[in-house]
Amino acid sequence: MALETAQLHRLAHLARLDLPVEEEMRLARDLDGLLGLIAQLQDAPVAGLAPMAHPHDVAAALRPDMVTEADRSGALERIAPEMESGLFLVPKVIE
Amino acid sequence: MSALTLASQRAARAAGRDIVGDARARAESAAGLNALITLGHDGAPASADGRLAGIPFAHKDLFCTQGLRTTCGSKMLADFVPPYDATIVERLAAAGAVSIGKTNMDEFAMGSSNENSASGPVLNPWDTTRVPGGSSGGSAAIVAANVVAFATGSDTGGSVRQPAAFCGVTGFKPTYGRVSRYGMVAYASSLDQAGVIARSAADCAEVLQVMAGHDPRDATSVDRPVDDYRAALGHGVHGLRIGIARELFSAGVRDAMQATVHAALRELEAAGAVLVDIDLPALPLSIPAYYVIAPAEASSNLARYDGVRYGHRAAEVKGLRDLYSHSRAEGFGTEVKRRILTGTYVLSSGYYDAYYLRAQQVRRLIANDFARAFDDVDLIAGPTTPDVAFKLGEKTADPLAMYAADINTVAVNLAGLPAMSVPAGFIDGLPAGLQLIGRAFDEARLFAAGHALQTRSDWHLALAPGALR
Repeated sequence: MALETAQLHRLAHLARLDLPVEEEMRLARDLDGLLGLIAQLQDAPVAGLAPMAHPHDVAAALRPDMVTEADRSGALERIAPEMESGLFLVPKVIE
Repeated sequence: MSALTLASQRAARAAGRDIVGDARARAESAAGLNALITLGHDGAPASADGRLAGIPFAHKDLFCTQGLRTTCGSKMLADFVPPYDATIVERLAAAGAVSIGKTNMDEFAMGSSNENSASGPVLNPWDTTRVPGGSSGGSAAIVAANVVAFATGSDTGGSVRQPAAFCGVTGFKPTYGRVSRYGMVAYASSLDQAGVIARSAADCAEVLQVMAGHDPRDATSVDRPVDDYRAALGHGVHGLRIGIARELFSAGVRDAMQATVHAALRELEAAGAVLVDIDLPALPLSIPAYYVIAPAEASSNLARYDGVRYGHRAAEVKGLRDLYSHSRAEGFGTEVKRRILTGTYVLSSGYYDAYYLRAQQVRRLIANDFARAFDDVDLIAGPTTPDVAFKLGEKTADPLAMYAADINTVAVNLAGLPAMSVPAGFIDGLPAGLQLIGRAFDEARLFAAGHALQTRSDWHLALAPGALR
């Protein structure tokens, strides 16, 4: 199956990835190859098999509803690219 | 100098040698291999006593180290200095081990050759025109080069076992959930597991004893007692049934590799193991299943890198949407983009059932194959890789050829089982690896078998031409 440019652009949009034009051809070709590889799954004898999302069939761990973590917001703010008054700064969303 | 082991390091330390200083000096001498991204240590000081007191080692650069940058081999995290330590970083420090730095790796652990690192490729100490394997290429190379006695790694589809095989050292991937993933940068969360690379099975056993155990901070960490791995080393293989999986010796595996691994298995037979032919019929489907499930999980995990909270932020942007897409385009390398786009595709509306759900069913099929085999045998064996280390650049133009070479390792991650690669001889002067696969949480038996082989052979002690002496 051939991946059309429009499809690649849609994937790039969903993944929030800018694709330079010079990378587009190569990525489309690589993805085409990969889709060919994973197409092998279509013939697998899986009728009636429950999908396996996780290696161990265990329920999610529960813990007491108690505060266990100290406030580390200062440390987390220091690694942010742009912060002001405890807020993450982003470009203006509404003009 | 002979091969560095925990025993030789302890003896040197007892004799008054500054073994940490020596390791740092050796790291400088071996800089040409490009096995370390960052040299140095910060964060919690190592305990003065403990099981690994004073032993120098290195962490793969995806374990968060407080105060010391953790790049994950990516431009995205080139300046990321974590505000906390990963659980295994804490545990190894508490046991007295001294980290000398962070090892090179494929970006976000995506790769099988270490050629996808933003810090450049690592060279294989056995032949510097060849790759060390990946994604834990730096960890395998630094042990093979005799810089340290052990290094941590992570294994999502073979990333500990394959580089260990390519570099002639021992690599151990525990059962999913045996070691905490807290503070280990996520790639594919249902497959990722921390592991260790060392000279021998005995040394891997000692290090895993420290790393393993329940961690309330990782919801997928399993709460069950950790076996005594050191005690297990003496158990031997007498009467042990080892399944020789036909599919692990398939047509894609080079003849010389088949013969070399069979010869190593005959050593285990001579030590009392019983070799039994078995089948894992769904194994060929593990590559397509892995390349749906791992990218799907990666596309979700890597959504967090948006230029807002931490990591790379693009400078020139017109709006919020641009901030996301420019930061991600600039921060991620080609292989990471390929996997994010693939994951986005298989999870997108209209394709989810055909790809993602189907791959999860195939995952069940593969796990069932292993479960059936383990009704009859105690361990499963085969070559870790179809061939020895390939040349730098040999597979970079063809991602599918690179993926196909992971055929013998990825099924283990899909099933969540423990496995180990041990040196099994040489082909044209390059190391070959024997992979042993165990039942879930049966790490002890793997160590027993690996140690039994290593008491009858000395392949694991052979020094690479590029190793420090």
